[in-house]
Amino acid sequence: MGEKMLMKGNEAIGEAAIRAGCRYYFGYPITPQSELTAYMAKKLLKMKDAAFVQAESEIAAINMVYGAASTGVRVMTSSSSPGISLKQEGISYITCSEIPCVVVNMQRGGPGLGDIQPAQSDYFQAVKGGGHGDYHLIVLAPSSVQELVDLTMDAFDLADKYTNPAMILGDGLLGQMMEAVEFKERPKVELPDKSGWNLTGCKGREHRYVVSFDLDPNILEKWNLNINEKYKKLKEKEVRYEAVNLENADLVIVAYGTVARIAKTTIQMAKKEGINIGLIRPITLFPFPEKIIASTAVKTKKFLTVEMSLGQMVEDVKLAVNGKAEVNFYGRAGGIIPSPEEILKEAKKYL
Amino acid sequence: MLEEVIIAGFGGQGLMLMGRLLAYAGMLEGEKVAWMPSYGPEMRGGTANCTVIISSEEIASPVVHYPKSVIAMNGPSLDKFEETVQKDGLIVVNSSLVEREVNRNDVAVVRVPANDIANKLGNLKVANMVVLGAYVKKSGVVKLETIFKVLEKTLTGPKQKLIDINKEALKQGAELVIE
Amino acid sequence: MKKVFGRPESLTEVPFTYCPGCHHGIAHRLVAEVLDEFKVRENTIGVCPVGCSVFAYLFFNVDMICAAHGRAPATATGIKRVKPDSIVFTYQGDGDLASIGTAEIVHAANRGENITVIFINNAIYGMTGGQMAPTTLVGQVTQTSPYGRDPKTMGYPIKMAEMLSTLKRAAYISRVALNKPANIIKAKKSIKKAFQVQLDKKGFSMVEILSTCPTNWGLSPIEASKWLEENMIPYFPLGEFRTPEEVA
Repeated sequence: MGEKMLMKGNEAIGEAAIRAGCRYYFGYPITPQSELTAYMAKKLLKMKDAAFVQAESEIAAINMVYGAASTGVRVMTSSSSPGISLKQEGISYITCSEIPCVVVNMQRGGPGLGDIQPAQSDYFQAVKGGGHGDYHLIVLAPSSVQELVDLTMDAFDLADKYTNPAMILGDGLLGQMMEAVEFKERPKVELPDKSGWNLTGCKGREHRYVVSFDLDPNILEKWNLNINEKYKKLKEKEVRYEAVNLENADLVIVAYGTVARIAKTTIQMAKKEGINIGLIRPITLFPFPEKIIASTAVKTKKFLTVEMSLGQMVEDVKLAVNGKAEVNFYGRAGGIIPSPEEILKEAKKYL
Repeated sequence: MLEEVIIAGFGGQGLMLMGRLLAYAGMLEGEKVAWMPSYGPEMRGGTANCTVIISSEEIASPVVHYPKSVIAMNGPSLDKFEETVQKDGLIVVNSSLVEREVNRNDVAVVRVPANDIANKLGNLKVANMVVLGAYVKKSGVVKLETIFKVLEKTLTGPKQKLIDINKEALKQGAELVIE
Repeated sequence: MKKVFGRPESLTEVPFTYCPGCHHGIAHRLVAEVLDEFKVRENTIGVCPVGCSVFAYLFFNVDMICAAHGRAPATATGIKRVKPDSIVFTYQGDGDLASIGTAEIVHAANRGENITVIFINNAIYGMTGGQMAPTTLVGQVTQTSPYGRDPKTMGYPIKMAEMLSTLKRAAYISRVALNKPANIIKAKKSIKKAFQVQLDKKGFSMVEILSTCPTNWGLSPIEASKWLEENMIPYFPLGEFRTPEEVA
């Protein structure tokens, strides 16, 4: 540990998962995340008390995750946009059953089969639920290969802590690029005991079950309310963001993941021209960093949300700003990555 | 220090490897590094490229539209990237495959007959190392010795026997650059 | 007095909610008896489907999970891969296994997942109120084949046992019926064999059980058993389609 390694984003996620104690992976190949599936195969097929299954479909993969997670182990699946759509049914079931797992989405251009270039157009799907029913995933948005590592490990902890699936929302660029990473020694986190709900066989106790339904609406409403309590707690305790240069900013960019990095170059370029641009980079997309955006809106009157989509996160920015400032939007779609130059040009329109 | 280089050519010319060795060397020298491939259908034989950034500061945008340097391993790559190179930048050309001259006169140009040198060394595949040697020497972005070290770390097992010819290719490339 | 008949330990005290004359109750009991006889109740995890037997988790006195519609073999795969020494079974109907979950059952069998599948084939969708199943017989009238199943547009009933027995890693595949005592005894033997295959870690096992659905067939329980005998068994022949001996 501690030694720097040059790793591809997709492979770094795999290594991070294994180091976080994940020994079970079920997936299906799809560009641009296939290296992760391959990495898990290479590692897990050689490990004891571990399993890798290339499932017949994304649907089967997420339902294998459901089964494995119900026994209480750490388990992961990964895909890219179209494949994540297929997993939604299973994710909804797992969330209702209140069992933890980690799902990775290295987004690509959509809708439909789209293309294989990086995109951020699955924000709504990731953050607002995605499948049927009233639920959320814990959504983490890394913006470097090191963060893919750190947040993957955090995702397992958060999923366990809140007995709720956690999603790593990356994109094709983060998955394909290589950067230096370090697998740091992590402080030990106290996590809830799973022995109250996991399926082990009923030796020495009453039989138990993992289900995601109750036909009595009164019970199902209570169930929903209990799940919702966890989301309130997440909003109180787990919000994470990076704030750059907010003091005296003439305009604040809100961007996550890959786009946030590009915006940092925009900020440097602007500084050379005497323009002060700030950045709020949500690291947790759910829970969304509403408070920092709201408090910034009091000081800075101009926001520019930049996404690799035609405007998804901007809706949450507007909700947080709540009319206190002007919220503008710039987005590229279909797998086009905006350049720092074009973001600067866009920002200047509002200054 | 900030270097941004785009390495472009045909799929199969070993472009991705050149980029990875360079990034790895940058990391060993204590710099921040990022390696970004173009990916997709072009991986299967068309034109391909990768971007390498080596910087003493945190790397913000990993996507570079106006690089400091370009390594053009074939003609179409020079056509595509020549105009994007920053003023006072560097273009390294594999002159075995690129017949035309570089039009820009505000950048440094190094022409490397890489395929010819590689053929003389007995393995066309090391043409990429010849070019990398010339680029490393000219740009000074990392030490050639660090690239040697990376080769030793990455070419292990049955590939170990390839270290010497790769080193020789790098050296001959570097020697083409007049100080 | 000697007790000669009782409730298997692998069933809970919860009364079945199935319709009168429905064979689910018999099938549950046979599975429970087999789990008791192998003394594996406390080491078993069952996977119930979506369909009439969605409540099986209340009836089986073992750890249970309720899978999404058709996905029980995938969910069971996840469990078994984590706990290879546990006994894992799925309990699925014909809509679940042979329609929406066709991919999952084929691939679980093909991988030779060491699980046991109990497949209830009653030629109709029960829980949704009597629609056409992939195993509905030619000419059979259901809500969604109101003029009878027409193979020209609806295809022929799928013979899952035969289909799956073409797969090399399927170790034990049989078809049984529950319409009369002699068949019930044979069914129990077959279910026992299937779990034995799992205990011996020989791979995938499935018992297809021809069952009645008096309510949706619109027949009395006795008429339904007769209808099964006269219509289902000729099309879906009983017997073993694959045994571990062939696999070895």
